[in-house]
Amino acid sequence: MDRDLNLGEMIITRLINIAGYSAIIFVGMIFYFLLREGLPTLNEVNFGNLVSNRWYPIEAYFGILPLLGGSLVITIGATLIAVPFGIGTAVYLAEIAPRWVREILKPLVEVLAGLPSVVLGFLGMLVLAPFLRKYLQLPTGLTAFTGSLLLGGMAIPTVVSVAEDAIDAVPKSYRDASLAIGATKWQTIWRVTLPAAKSGVTTAIMLGVGRAIGETMTVMMVSGNAPVLPGGIRALFKPARTMTATIAAEMGEVATGSVHYHVLFFIGMVLFLISLLINITASFVVFRQRQRQERILS
Amino acid sequence: MKCFRFLLPLLILVFIPACSPPETGSGTSPSESQTIENKGSDTIVNLALAWAERYQEIHPEVRISVTGGGSGTGIASLINGTVDVANASREMKPEEIESAEANGIKPVEFVIARDAIAIIVHLDNPVDKLTLGQISDIYSGKINNWKEIGGEDRPIVRLSRETNSGTHVYFLEEVVRLGEKGNQTLFSRDTLLLPSSEGISAEIRQNPNAIGYDGLGYVTEEMKVVAVAEDPEGRYVMPSAQSVNSGNYPIARNLYMYTNGEPAGVIEEYLNWIQSPPAQEIVTELGFVPIKP
Repeated sequence: MDRDLNLGEMIITRLINIAGYSAIIFVGMIFYFLLREGLPTLNEVNFGNLVSNRWYPIEAYFGILPLLGGSLVITIGATLIAVPFGIGTAVYLAEIAPRWVREILKPLVEVLAGLPSVVLGFLGMLVLAPFLRKYLQLPTGLTAFTGSLLLGGMAIPTVVSVAEDAIDAVPKSYRDASLAIGATKWQTIWRVTLPAAKSGVTTAIMLGVGRAIGETMTVMMVSGNAPVLPGGIRALFKPARTMTATIAAEMGEVATGSVHYHVLFFIGMVLFLISLLINITASFVVFRQRQRQERILS
Repeated sequence: MKCFRFLLPLLILVFIPACSPPETGSGTSPSESQTIENKGSDTIVNLALAWAERYQEIHPEVRISVTGGGSGTGIASLINGTVDVANASREMKPEEIESAEANGIKPVEFVIARDAIAIIVHLDNPVDKLTLGQISDIYSGKINNWKEIGGEDRPIVRLSRETNSGTHVYFLEEVVRLGEKGNQTLFSRDTLLLPSSEGISAEIRQNPNAIGYDGLGYVTEEMKVVAVAEDPEGRYVMPSAQSVNSGNYPIARNLYMYTNGEPAGVIEEYLNWIQSPPAQEIVTELGFVPIKP
């Protein structure tokens, strides 16, 4: 009986161990696979071609700069939309909204997070793009801005739900102390609660950015997919082609092992490195803040 | 504990079939219902679906699954050995045939219908005829405003299918490059590459700046078809079955199906049926042009 229990315990511990390590193993394997399929690019395509500003793979033009630029413009646009709205909503939910409002709003925001991206893309293509074309007097509504708007909308729920948890977790004593020395509610939120929840809020923003840069289907449907190297702020209102949309649109067509195939994996590698960089920066920021906080509190 | 005992075999069940190599059998196994995997061109997909439905009514023992994705996608699947029949709205390129042979696949070509590519604009666009040269200049970026070709003062928004579309490749070679060998003209950089025919028609329907192209079978009442002439002195012709078969409409092409090796069994019967009059009637119904008997 006793031995049986021990055996069971051991197996469970092992399984949980494996589950824990498996995440690392999977990431490692994915990265290895990306490297194996992507690195031949550097041999097959000369570097000048790879950093040129022309992407037309069926004629062997493999300039990835327009794609990188397209992803960047759309992601920055989406971040500029998602961060203020997301954090504003989170602050409202955690600090200001009465209990019953919060109980209705929070699940609703989470439902928004679950909307399939194809559905949003479809709405964007049929409703948002024509609307923007008409009211912003653009040649076409299928622009980077349309993509940014939708991606921003998609990132908001992620930002809200993580940031709200972080703000909610700030001890009540912080707020009480702030209010007791005569600070207004706004001063308390802006100077005390938000800074105290900074690490969680940073994580929320990074997750939101990650969501935006990795999103594929919506962008592919609404941003026009023209591989133009963005120059200046006006690029936001022109069509753009992202790295993710390129991979999604073209991966099906390529013969396994061809140059084009390797280049697509190379783009995947670049995308992976960018997300990795964002995550590492985020955890670095969070880590430093935690150290500082511990110093202050001790 | 119970949970893990249940989960583990489930995981194995999920992963094992995914690892086994794709079956490339040409459907001659003596099982009860035989399946034909058919994939490729988005231009052909509706036609292929209509054929598959009709054929399955006559031959309930045959199952035909049809998917789109673009000619390049279909051909890549044939090369990778995952489909029996690939649909293509362009001929296989020499390098595709090479890589197929390197994979032990021997593509055999069938012409199954013909198609006109219609140049489409918004209903309110006053432009109703263009020469091939003008269309080429529009798509290569030399003409950027509708007023240069007799329209309103509006910027031109160029729409095209993605590069994996056979229609895209055909259009590049025969229209943008005017069919000239050695002509290296490319699509203008700011050409919008849309992933589907629906993407193009949605934009054409609501945007008076847009110009697009698509197979005649996809043209609806909500867009305007432009008459095309080979050169400025030539006759402007609207695309139709007659003008394609008489050779008057300049942007027409064959539609193809490719099999691995000479087809046998159900696939052979299916392809023979496709080329027969009852199947070619469906071609006309869907707005394509039947192959000549």
